[in-house]
Amino acid sequence: MTDDKDVLRDVWFGRIPTCFTLYQDEITEREAEPYYLLLPRISYLTLVTDKVKKHFQKVMRQEEVSEIWFEYEGTPLKWHYPIGLLFDLHASNTALPWSITVHFKNFPEKDLLHCHSKDVIEAHFMACIKEADALKHKSQVINEMQKKDHKQLWMGLQNDKFEQFWAINRKLMEYPPEDNGFRYIPFRIYQATTERPFIQKLFRPIASGGQLHTLGDLLKDVCPSAIAPEDGEQKTQVMIHGIEPMLETPIQWLSEHMSYPDNFLHISIIPRPTD
Amino acid sequence: MPSSLLWAVDIFGRVYTLSTVGQYWELCKDTQLEFKRVSAVKQCCWGIACDHQVYTYVFSGDVPIRYQEETYENQRWNPVGGFCEKLLPSDRWQWSDVSGLKHQQLDSFTLPSPHWEWESDWYVDENIGGEPTEKGGWTYAIDFPSTYTKDKKWNSCVRRRRWIRYRRYKSRDIWAKIVSHDEPDQLPDPFNDISIGGWEITDEPLGRLSVWAVSLQGRVWFRRGVNSHNPCGTSWIEMVGEMMMVTVGLNNQVRAAGRVQALLPVLRAVSLDKGTQGLNWEGKGLNSALKVTVSTSPVWQTGSATEFCSASTISVWGIGCDDRAIYFRQGVTPSELSGKTWKAIVSGRESDRSQTGSSTSLLSAGCFFTDDIQNQTSAVIQGDADPSSDTELAVPTSPGSALLGAAAKANLEMKPSANANPPAEPQWINIDLKEAQKQPVLSVSSFADTSSLSSLGTFSVAAEDAYGADEHPLWAWVSGGGCLVDLHSPLKWFTPNLGCLSSSVQSLSLSITPAQTAAWRKQIFQQLSERTKRELENFRHYEQAIEQSVWVKTGALQWWRNWKPHKWMDVRVALEQFTGSDGMRDSILFIYYMYHEEKKYIHVFLNEVTIIVEVLNEAKHSFALYTPERTKQRWPIRLAAATEQEMHDWLSLLTMSCCESRRIQGPPSHHAIWSVTCKGDIFVSEPSPELEAGPQLMPCDQMFWRQVGGHLRLIECNSRGVVWGIGYDHTAWVYTGGYGGGFIQGLASSADNIYTQSDVKCVYIYENQRWNPVTGYSSRGLPTDRYMWSDASGLQECTKTNTKPPSPQWSWVSDWYIDFSPTGGTDREGWQYAADFPAPRSCSLLKCKIVTNGPWLEVPPVTLWDISIIPSSDADDEEAVALWAISDKGDVLCRLGVTQQNPAGTSWLHVGTDQPFISISIGAFYQVWAIARDGSAFYRGSVSPNKPAGDCWYHIPSPQKQKLKQVSVGRTSVFVLDKNGNLWYRQGITPSYPQGSTWDHVSNNIRKMSVGPLDQVWVIADKVQGSHSLSCGTVCHRTGVQPLEPKGLSWDYGIGGGWEHITVRGNATEASRLAVPDTAEENLAVSKEGEDEEGKGKTEHSKTPLMVSESQELDRNAVNC
Repeated sequence: MTDDKDVLRDVWFGRIPTCFTLYQDEITEREAEPYYLLLPRISYLTLVTDKVKKHFQKVMRQEEVSEIWFEYEGTPLKWHYPIGLLFDLHASNTALPWSITVHFKNFPEKDLLHCHSKDVIEAHFMACIKEADALKHKSQVINEMQKKDHKQLWMGLQNDKFEQFWAINRKLMEYPPEDNGFRYIPFRIYQATTERPFIQKLFRPIASGGQLHTLGDLLKDVCPSAIAPEDGEQKTQVMIHGIEPMLETPIQWLSEHMSYPDNFLHISIIPRPTD
Repeated sequence: MPSSLLWAVDIFGRVYTLSTVGQYWELCKDTQLEFKRVSAVKQCCWGIACDHQVYTYVFSGDVPIRYQEETYENQRWNPVGGFCEKLLPSDRWQWSDVSGLKHQQLDSFTLPSPHWEWESDWYVDENIGGEPTEKGGWTYAIDFPSTYTKDKKWNSCVRRRRWIRYRRYKSRDIWAKIVSHDEPDQLPDPFNDISIGGWEITDEPLGRLSVWAVSLQGRVWFRRGVNSHNPCGTSWIEMVGEMMMVTVGLNNQVRAAGRVQALLPVLRAVSLDKGTQGLNWEGKGLNSALKVTVSTSPVWQTGSATEFCSASTISVWGIGCDDRAIYFRQGVTPSELSGKTWKAIVSGRESDRSQTGSSTSLLSAGCFFTDDIQNQTSAVIQGDADPSSDTELAVPTSPGSALLGAAAKANLEMKPSANANPPAEPQWINIDLKEAQKQPVLSVSSFADTSSLSSLGTFSVAAEDAYGADEHPLWAWVSGGGCLVDLHSPLKWFTPNLGCLSSSVQSLSLSITPAQTAAWRKQIFQQLSERTKRELENFRHYEQAIEQSVWVKTGALQWWRNWKPHKWMDVRVALEQFTGSDGMRDSILFIYYMYHEEKKYIHVFLNEVTIIVEVLNEAKHSFALYTPERTKQRWPIRLAAATEQEMHDWLSLLTMSCCESRRIQGPPSHHAIWSVTCKGDIFVSEPSPELEAGPQLMPCDQMFWRQVGGHLRLIECNSRGVVWGIGYDHTAWVYTGGYGGGFIQGLASSADNIYTQSDVKCVYIYENQRWNPVTGYSSRGLPTDRYMWSDASGLQECTKTNTKPPSPQWSWVSDWYIDFSPTGGTDREGWQYAADFPAPRSCSLLKCKIVTNGPWLEVPPVTLWDISIIPSSDADDEEAVALWAISDKGDVLCRLGVTQQNPAGTSWLHVGTDQPFISISIGAFYQVWAIARDGSAFYRGSVSPNKPAGDCWYHIPSPQKQKLKQVSVGRTSVFVLDKNGNLWYRQGITPSYPQGSTWDHVSNNIRKMSVGPLDQVWVIADKVQGSHSLSCGTVCHRTGVQPLEPKGLSWDYGIGGGWEHITVRGNATEASRLAVPDTAEENLAVSKEGEDEEGKGKTEHSKTPLMVSESQELDRNAVNC
């Protein structure tokens, strides 16, 4: 029998094979070879692309290099979304490797946040964790942690140390046994087709009657368009970490096992491929 | 933790139980009677019904309550008629007891009460001291009384035989009336209160219970002879004293409430089995008070409290006076006896009642009730507070004050606060306690007048009307004596019923939770592995975005240096982990030390380490590292840490690194070999196919062992992943499929399937004395003698004060007491005698307890001595797995309903025997062999899947008068072990004659053995000499075991030094090869073909037709792998 721990491991070690190519209009001294990399799904683009940056800077003149940004089929990729989410939202059901275009010019100010250093990513990551814990435990767990525990969470993510990260994150996933779950589930629902960045609402894991809320209950409540009508065909895919959990899956279980390191359940709703 | 029951009586006298795993109150199965009061322990419940008679309710367990009656038939030889019934006048009776002094005819045996029935008729026992007798069971001697033998000689003048008959307690699952034949006039007035307890009196035999009762007139009675074999007891005896209430705790501290005294007297019963001696009522005052906040509910009408050492929790229950709901006191711990808050139980009844009960139900006395707690901690329940305001009530000790008693120094005592004012009226029987709340003192202390008891009267009609179908039940009495509340598994009683179980909340049920088999869960696992395949399969050559770095943990430890004189020296230790080119991590452990001012180091590659094992050492937190080389030397690297935590950190890290470098993760496979050390630690090893066969046998010192959490004495498994264990306290445990636990925390441990486990073992020390002409036996010994207090060998000094628990994880749970039951017997004070040491001595023992966790779930309620699981290899998930066991009392049991999906099974089937058994084993073809306590061997006939318990026992003579102690049956081989450490093989076993013919000696120097499904033989050898040191308790593997050579040729030595048990019964490597599930017959056919192909002679067929040619089978297997 497979253990729930294995889910954590599978989620953590999810990798997306990626091919980085330089944008055609970038001026180079010699031809830029594409760069291939296995990106951790749970990390952030600007956190894991030092090698990519170095690779392309070698062929460029120093003065041409400003802040790096990434784009996939015309869509600028938000570095502050986890990589797995970006892939699920924009590129699932496409051929691998994922082909990302690298830009060094014309930073799309209205689409992307600046990321001048890793501290910015850390601040964003910690802010997410704190927000999630506010929803789950009224911030009690995160506030009781020491500074070094916070640091360990971040270092765990940065250095891809599963054990190091989960030694601390475990505490964030606990709840009093009498409660049967978190206060609210930290989740965000993203839709590729809408302008709105994401949906986030207060949602309890347990119904007032005591039964467990499921993924389906959540969608029905906050994003009814994602669910197929009774008789109709399912037109959308509900993706987390590249898989489609059944709508019967309890949301509490998903939150405990399939949240990203920032403790949010990032759910992508994308059109179902027609073939 | 197994489920247990909370008992309660509602105001109509109906008895309900609430299971700790349930959500509904269930009406007691026997509803004939209405009850005033009940008192429960785990095994049974005693109650006083409305007819003022005492009843006991015994649960029907799997093992019957049976008692063996025996008598002897004696005969003398005379020249005319041979042996006949005519005896000499000086002889014993023709029918007598074993000593011959008591006349005992067959028909003089009668059933003690209507609750018993005969199991069968009288029959003759054909067994003497482990030897089968001739048909008829006669044993012969020269004269009475004498030594009897089974052989008739020329001078055998007398003979006798033993007749036995079993009686069985039948009144289970019903209220059995306690009838008093002998003292009808001694019980003039009906009982008013009853309490049962004393299930953990340390110096009493297991199963003893204390039942105390108080009559209406205040006389105190004790029920003699209540134990697990005699649930009704024998007779009532009156105790001195005049009391109102009585409660008994688990340690048999009895508390009673006097009706005159203001204080709560404490009764200490010194030796209850001897009746009334040594009783003295001891007034015990309340000398300090504690503040308790009762914010929710006012006056407590009744309550009970119990402490369970296994959960280290004290449970306190109470009934609210106005709402008549049952409350549980939360947060009660030994250190904080007053607890935190009251929590109401909201569970409903299983079915709403359609009509209200009779109005004649007597309301039981509305006074308090406490059960005693271990450590002389008795609980309080007597809350009172103004319901309208959250008042904090201080409880002064002066009389006449409001009461909420709790005493300091672990002596929390209920105090019916002495009321100086005469009680006005018995308001406490009034259901409308709005008034009483304002006079809480009266309500609790006004049981001063017994006469009022009789006026308890009936319930008001109004109250009954109020008790509609939608209302919660109104309770009159609660007893939590049988209810074990586990801190770790929350009860579902306090919230309205949940529709379905949360997947995250561990279910207590032994079978797999619905959440684990749910479709959504399966789909997630499946999709995740598909995703990994899709996204990684073809791209593994891509560079990782994040580089893995070398990582080092350093620390200061102590090392047992390897040059003489051996001693601990301070060393610096560093563990270097690096990622190899294949992406896997590997590690090296460096130990830096000083040698003659010179800095030196030794290093160990962790992928060479075969085991890391904690070492039992009182003074140091130490562990040992073995490699194959060091196993040969019997000289591991021993390291010690300053604190337990530090040691566990290192152990955890090193174990994880070893597993990582060997690519081992997750739960052990079904083929795993399990073993247990003398510390109770559990180790598991994945067998390689080369372990049993192949061109190059793998030496067993190369096996890698990793630890699994938990604490067990023995462990048994089969090749379908069914694993059972038995703790030192004989509790049965079933493996849950998890891994990790114990010190292995965090990610190396599975999240599900890890549960709290506890175990209790005894530590013995011996007091040695010598007789001297002046003072008799005294503790003044000769200088050459042993220590006055020593261990069993007498070589190590142990005193009561310097004896420590085996390790800091253990804690004492009893006081020293004298063991009266060592082999050889003792006198009344526990002394054993001999001309010179090692005696006289007396043995004292102390119980200590460990609480740990691991992938084990308790299988209640029967405690076990031995287990065997059929080593089946034909994989059919649904098919039942045969599992036999021996209870710790020696009963043979057969587990029903064991499958791969539900390894715990459902129930026990009792298999009758004429004497207690100690060892059992079932072979692959349902051959069941067993060893009785007298050292004789038995074969069980006709066991099959359709007839799981077989039909009868065949007595097999032991080899050369050796007393046997263990049996193990593999595929066809049967091996037994005798008490002198000799291993014997049963020769001549054929399908038509499964009992075999003779015993062949194989080896000596054996402690324990395990024969596997390939007929492989593994043992724990007593002593093995290595190049550097000697190890006792070593895992050994019999090499050269072939179909023609089932006894094998020689031994291969593996890990050792402190090993106690091993089971290889899961290692049927051939199972993986049989892709198509085969029946046994097909299997056999295949193997025969195989043999023919290999050109084996026909002689072999006729000799061992069942036997599969292992070597070739496995050769093929090896090729396949």
